Amino acid sequence: MNLRPIAIVYRKELRDLLRDWRAIVSIIIVPTLVVPVVILGAIHFAGQAMKEAPKNNLTMEGAPKVMLLGGEGSPETVAALRRLKKFDLAPGSSDFTNLISNKKIRAAVEIPKDFDAAVEGERKTAIRIYTYDGEPKSMQTAQQLQDFFQHRREEMVRRHLLERMLPETLATPFEIQRANVASPKQVSGALLGMILPYLMIAMCLAGAIYPAIDLTAGEKERGTLETLLSSPTPRAHLVLGKVLVVLTISLTTAALAIFSNGLALVLAHSGKLAKMPLALDPLALAGACVMMIPLAVFLSSVAIAVGLFARSAKEAGTYLQPMLLLAIIPAIVAALPGVEFNYGLAFIPVLNISLLCKELLAGAWHWGHVAAVFGSMTFYATLAVAAAVALFKRESVLFRT
Amino acid sequence: MIEARQLTKVYHDRKRGQIRAVDGVNFRCEPGRIFGLLGVNGAGKTTCLRLLATILRPTSGAASINGFDILTEPEQVRSSIGFLSTATALYGRLTAFEVVEYFGRLHGMDDRILRPRMDALFQTLGMNEFRDRRCDKLSTGMKQKTSIARTLVHDPPVMIFDEPTLGLDVLTARTVLGFIQECGRRGKTVIFSTHAMSEAERLCDSIAIIHGGRILADGTLAQLRKRAGVEHLEDIFIKTVEEQA
Repeated sequence: MNLRPIAIVYRKELRDLLRDWRAIVSIIIVPTLVVPVVILGAIHFAGQAMKEAPKNNLTMEGAPKVMLLGGEGSPETVAALRRLKKFDLAPGSSDFTNLISNKKIRAAVEIPKDFDAAVEGERKTAIRIYTYDGEPKSMQTAQQLQDFFQHRREEMVRRHLLERMLPETLATPFEIQRANVASPKQVSGALLGMILPYLMIAMCLAGAIYPAIDLTAGEKERGTLETLLSSPTPRAHLVLGKVLVVLTISLTTAALAIFSNGLALVLAHSGKLAKMPLALDPLALAGACVMMIPLAVFLSSVAIAVGLFARSAKEAGTYLQPMLLLAIIPAIVAALPGVEFNYGLAFIPVLNISLLCKELLAGAWHWGHVAAVFGSMTFYATLAVAAAVALFKRESVLFRT
Repeated sequence: MIEARQLTKVYHDRKRGQIRAVDGVNFRCEPGRIFGLLGVNGAGKTTCLRLLATILRPTSGAASINGFDILTEPEQVRSSIGFLSTATALYGRLTAFEVVEYFGRLHGMDDRILRPRMDALFQTLGMNEFRDRRCDKLSTGMKQKTSIARTLVHDPPVMIFDEPTLGLDVLTARTVLGFIQECGRRGKTVIFSTHAMSEAERLCDSIAIIHGGRILADGTLAQLRKRAGVEHLEDIFIKTVEEQA
């Protein structure tokens, strides 16, 4: 095959595209500025919402409101709960269930009338915590209440044992200790394996969509397609030149997104990250990037084929936006805990790459998995390129009105 | 030379059924002569010229351009033609120079041949003043000159013009018509489609009247006058179409 015409088409299309400010926005501005701001913003707000700590210990501003039901005969427990200063305690009311449902209060705790006496008398008694299951703030408040009472129960058991001259080990005969055996590279890899493949796939496709539309449906709309078709360059070469441009933009967008998001995360959380035993394996990262190439060829060719089929840029956009969603869903599925690689999944595009990247980044190099995924994705990429070429040769598609 | 033999293009439309856009068309254009394809909108002119330019594939029939078969040698055919129509727009984000250079390269020209050829073309067409300006910033006349330079850059022996003056102002149209005449004078084979009677009357050495995809009459203007028994081309056209209807 003569590569010169492909190179001529590639150079021209790239130059043409890079003179379009909309392309610059989609290739550079979105991945380097918009995406990191959105991701960091989401992390920041999620973190803020999860903290739930009172901003002021005197006024209890920001602390979750908890209703105290009963507790009149148990001044010690109530005083301990107040001393904690984690909850904004409200006096009891009979419509506490409505108040929890309407999020006026986050939870209610019912302390039996003779609770302190029952505990001292070693009689069985119970604390009841009322929550709104499924409502995150209510669940979090309930957990804090449960932690408080659990701690208090342990303290009481310890005191009772001491009073009877019995050893503390009677209540806690053994301790449970957890130790991480994974290397810092594996820890980082397991964390990155959940985020990175998703980000790479989303950005690969997001980067491919605008140029693919511009070089196909956009060209139809501007009337330059017929000019191009009157040149002696074989149509297959014209398509390959266009696919290569979309591929270049797609990979560049993904690379810029990874770099800028990584940098933003490091800068924004440098203190917290410094405490974590993180160490990135460059070989695993390189492996994941290489595995992205057939996927990017596949996505670029599909985007070109869809763009060619569309009558206008608007129609192409209508087809390609759902495709972005369709590609992101398998990437999200792969990030879910418990979803692991198997040979059946090796033949599902996008999901296979996501699962393999997750493995590679976690430091597990199974060459059988690598070969199966690379082979199947190369096959799909070849099919997608062939489909784009075949569509470019069909006049019913090129002159579709 | 251009030769069309029983050239036919049939489309299948879900609503309208089978459409014979070009129906058994025969004609022959000689080098140094301008052949006009005269017809109303939808007569089949554009489809016919797209078939000759190998942009579309015929359903049946054959044609050759400069000795190359449109079915078996489409790339050689496209190397031999310069195709200009209202649908062949320019790349707005490229300069006039870059557009002409791009098509020169697509025709396989290297710098040694391409640069002097472009210099000569830009000089002849008076394009040096705007050669480095982006095409979307050019006036209609400048764009048309750039399109002409694009079609001529590889010095093709055959020129195909599909309604090249459609939507142009008088001055720009005059430049284009002058350029078509010049191509004929230089010995190129020229085929030119129009629905403007005055243009066909002024430029063409021979004319074919096309209607409903079929050529109803062809010959020199004198032959057409003699056959129809009327003087003006417009009257000849209407009489021919009405007789065949």
